[in-house]
Amino acid sequence: MLAALAAALLALLVAAPSALADTFTPESGGSPNADAIDTLYKITLYVAIVIFLIVEGTLIWSLVRYRARRRGDDAAQIRGNTPLEVGWTVAAALILVVLTVVTFIYLDDIQNPPESGPSGLNASQVNFASIDQPAPPSGRPYLKIGVNGQQYLWRYDYPGKRKLFSYHTMVVPVDTTVVLRITASDVIHSWWIPKLGGKQDGVPGHINETWFKIPPDKAGTTFRGQCAELCGSGHADMRAAVRAVTPEEYQAWADKQATDIENAEQALSEQRKRREGEVIP
Amino acid sequence: MEAGTGAARQVIRPEIVLRDLKAEPRGWLSWLTTTDHKKIGILYLFATFLFFVLGGVEALIMRLQLAQPNNTLVNPETYNGLVTVHGTTMIFLFIVPVLAGFGNYLVPLMVGARDMAFPRLNALSFWLLLFGGVVFYCSLFFTPPEAGWTMYPPLSDDSFSANGGVDAWIVMIHLTGLSSMLGAINFVATIHNMRAPGMSWGRMPLFIWTILVYSYLLIVALPAIAAAVTMLLTDRHFGTAFFDPTGGGDPLLWQHLFWFFGHPEVYIMVLPAFGMISEILPVFARKPIFGYRAIAASTVAIAFLGLLVWAHHMFATPTATVVLAFFMLSSFTIAVPTGIKIFNWIATLWKGHIVFKTPLYFAAALPGLFVIGGISGVILAIFPVDWQLHDTYFVVAHLHYVLFGGSVFGIFAGLYYWFPKMSGRMMSESLGKLSFWLMFIGFNVTFLVQHSAGLSGMPRRIYDYDESLGVTAYNLISTIGAFILALGVLITLVNVVHSLRNGKRAGNDPWHGNTLEWYTSSPPPPNNFDAIPRVRSVEPMKDIRREVLAHSRPAETVAQPTAPRSL
Repeated sequence: MLAALAAALLALLVAAPSALADTFTPESGGSPNADAIDTLYKITLYVAIVIFLIVEGTLIWSLVRYRARRRGDDAAQIRGNTPLEVGWTVAAALILVVLTVVTFIYLDDIQNPPESGPSGLNASQVNFASIDQPAPPSGRPYLKIGVNGQQYLWRYDYPGKRKLFSYHTMVVPVDTTVVLRITASDVIHSWWIPKLGGKQDGVPGHINETWFKIPPDKAGTTFRGQCAELCGSGHADMRAAVRAVTPEEYQAWADKQATDIENAEQALSEQRKRREGEVIP
Repeated sequence: MEAGTGAARQVIRPEIVLRDLKAEPRGWLSWLTTTDHKKIGILYLFATFLFFVLGGVEALIMRLQLAQPNNTLVNPETYNGLVTVHGTTMIFLFIVPVLAGFGNYLVPLMVGARDMAFPRLNALSFWLLLFGGVVFYCSLFFTPPEAGWTMYPPLSDDSFSANGGVDAWIVMIHLTGLSSMLGAINFVATIHNMRAPGMSWGRMPLFIWTILVYSYLLIVALPAIAAAVTMLLTDRHFGTAFFDPTGGGDPLLWQHLFWFFGHPEVYIMVLPAFGMISEILPVFARKPIFGYRAIAASTVAIAFLGLLVWAHHMFATPTATVVLAFFMLSSFTIAVPTGIKIFNWIATLWKGHIVFKTPLYFAAALPGLFVIGGISGVILAIFPVDWQLHDTYFVVAHLHYVLFGGSVFGIFAGLYYWFPKMSGRMMSESLGKLSFWLMFIGFNVTFLVQHSAGLSGMPRRIYDYDESLGVTAYNLISTIGAFILALGVLITLVNVVHSLRNGKRAGNDPWHGNTLEWYTSSPPPPNNFDAIPRVRSVEPMKDIRREVLAHSRPAETVAQPTAPRSL
């Protein structure tokens, strides 16, 4: 049975066309860190498959080969074998050393945000970029967006001179390194867009960071994800989306959104003034 | 074995005179008032399997809800309640206490003692557990907790979970925790002090080693969660703010305290199952265990390292990279002693003379399934990879391969192996094998595809998912598997009930076991042993059978160890 399972799994893996690849590997393709995690996972998976086949193979072979066939007690009375036992202990440790080294090789690509690309948001549009972030050598700024999880929606605060925020869907320019500062204002939530890299928890009272950088050819794509930490009855419906657009489209969107916000706030304050005017004699 | 005539023996042991012999109490009252470790053990097994069935039904309802997208079988609140109650039940009311149940029944028998060190404390342990479970399940009639078995604040705080379900959970944690703590102290006292003459540490059965380590781990880990739930209780009702950021507290403090308990808890749940199959595999392979010292030492090593890995449950929290790296490496190191165990079990089967009885099926499946959970565990320990996989169905699959493929298959192996000792009857082999294959196939069908669901982006603990996520087929397969698995479990339960009345008489030693419990009758008398044999190796029953064989001419009359009396 185990052999059949193993064989089926292996056959699927070997024969897996690219469409099936995501059955066995994490989502990727939207950002270099997601791609690096995918590669690191695949390396680990290949090592794991070898170990899996060796262990299951010897287990099943021992069970089949040494099943009791006739009467009598012909079992070898072996109590141990020190060189063998030291051998497999060292071998197991060595495999883990290799995995550690590979992890640290890929860690930099996964953890540290690269600089924005040439077709990303550029210096002339810097009024939308973070001002507290030291500029990378190229002078191309990161776009630093605040992410705030609330039961059951996500709020995004964009940097810049004008007040700019949005809910549910984050709009970002392609080829620009977007650094997210994640928190939550009620219970713990977890930010996760699978194709854009790993998840990070939003914990009230803490700020967690992650980043992504969407390649230029993905402009017009919407990446979807959802809250990954149980946050109450609406947890399953707490979706998030990231819409990738060209820097020009981003600028246009930001201008319009900021104007809409200003208009809405103005309308609100006028409404409040009117209401207060009615109450105060 | 004493040699000599019956008359001579009367002269040798004139002190064995029965005065004031009371009849063995019978009826239901005897179960309420018992301090006999065997009866308490059976009470434990009965109660915990009841909770196992309840937890299983909850799992089936969840699987039905997830069988297709946009299903409306249960609402989100009910689903979150099911998630919470299922996890809590399986961990606190089934796996940990069922192992205490096996330990209770077997530890005195296997070390050659007449009872546990503190029999009344032992009874208290059981009743605390039962009432803990009853209190918890009473919350179903009001409002069950809905914050997950991990009960992370602020969600579990009074602002977001105002109902009493969380309080019922806290009381349950305290009662079952006290039960486990007292039980653990009892095991430690028994194992340290009451072993049969000649049973040195190097001759102690491996199951006893694992129960000892289980007990020490409980003693070290339980205070952390007892403190944590007390702080949660005062946060909820007495205005403190240990975990409330608006009052200067920190939700991450809970996670550290919870997982400082919670990760050792994983080894608490799996090590005794490892101990069971370390007893069972050699018996059915007709071989000594391969590398006794390595298995005992790796048990201790896993327990020690298991105390140093808790924050690998928190890789997605705001935490410094150096801390993440430490917990990745400490989690890696656990794979070494665990791997040693798996290799040793396979080497035990190697060149054996393997007798395929039901206990062997379950015991041999354990390394085969646990290795999948172990491998996915190493993958999850790589913290950048965990950022993708954390809190997804990949983790659900991983933990079920560890806790069901590891612990529960071990527990079922133990049930089939020791049932003849407990009841005096054999279980049906055909029902047993049918149950095994259904459970084995059902288990893999349920949980193998969940890895893929997680990799495709399906988070845990969601009552519904979108068609566009591409996990619809995985979930349907998983639901079908869950019902196959449940049928397999049901057949074992039927087998137990059926065999209690109709099973073949077991005799003292139906499997040709290695350890002392097979020396006494099945079921054992209240005092376990009239005479406690001297232990000369790690397999005392083998020695005794050899001795019996040497003293008796016809070779066919093997191994009825109480037989020497009539020789």
